[in-house]
Amino acid sequence: MNKQHLTMAASYVAGLLFSLGLTVSGMTDPARVVGFLDVAGNWDPTLMFVLGGAVITTFVGYRFVLKQPTPLLAKRFQLPGKQGLDARLLTGAALFGVGWGLSGYCPGPAIASLGGASVPLVAMLATMVLGWVIARRIA
Amino acid sequence: MELTSSLQGLIGGVLIGISAVWLMASLGRIAGISGIVGNLIAQRPKGDSAWRAAFLVGLVSGPLLLMGLGAGWGNVVNYPGEVIGQPLGGVPLMLVAGLLVGLGTGLGSGCTSGHGVCGLARLSKRSLAATVTFLGTALVTVYVVRHVLGGGA
Repeated sequence: MNKQHLTMAASYVAGLLFSLGLTVSGMTDPARVVGFLDVAGNWDPTLMFVLGGAVITTFVGYRFVLKQPTPLLAKRFQLPGKQGLDARLLTGAALFGVGWGLSGYCPGPAIASLGGASVPLVAMLATMVLGWVIARRIA
Repeated sequence: MELTSSLQGLIGGVLIGISAVWLMASLGRIAGISGIVGNLIAQRPKGDSAWRAAFLVGLVSGPLLLMGLGAGWGNVVNYPGEVIGQPLGGVPLMLVAGLLVGLGTGLGSGCTSGHGVCGLARLSKRSLAATVTFLGTALVTVYVVRHVLGGGA
């Protein structure tokens, strides 16, 4: 195994763990997500536990990992350098929230649910990719 | 039932966190799905695509693996044996939602994972602002669809 193979394997494992987490937590069910967002209805707290568990684990893990001089398989840590708020960030987040609320899917669960092979989801994935391409064009 | 769902949510959340920590420890990258997959598809950066593709394959294979095992470890509302829930809306609604999610996460440089998990864990002000914003518009959207218009998802 050369370094390229190790990098691919490490990344595959990360994607696998991520989707196992999404599945075990129920985030591959849009009803769970919309149930959380529907605070005026029969509220479903599950997403709060998912986000809480993920943020706390990542917070603790990052504190250790980011103290290391380099990652195991790369030259450096690549962290977003931008500081401060701008219209692009907030407009984008606002649009994303509307789409998330309409469908109950954010990008991770939408892609992870591909194996469920439903026509509406495939339609959503197609326009999601289109949206990414357009966002890059108007950058 | 409620308790089981919450506990599964917590376990799944910790798994997502471990994934994020592992990706940072091994490749030095933020585990943001819209960034990893969006850049792979919309840009295909030379020499920077293979790891993104491997991550994407992993992302699709988790639920398939659990389906194959048939262990019933999913958390789909009202269907304990299922691991993938069905979409709540039809094709037209999903086409609109997909465009908003793609455009929004593209412009806003992140989604629930990049801003909501990794960004908050880094105590990033931009990610906190983004997370509060998308949670806010999502809450309003669901309220309007379910309680004002009374239909849709």
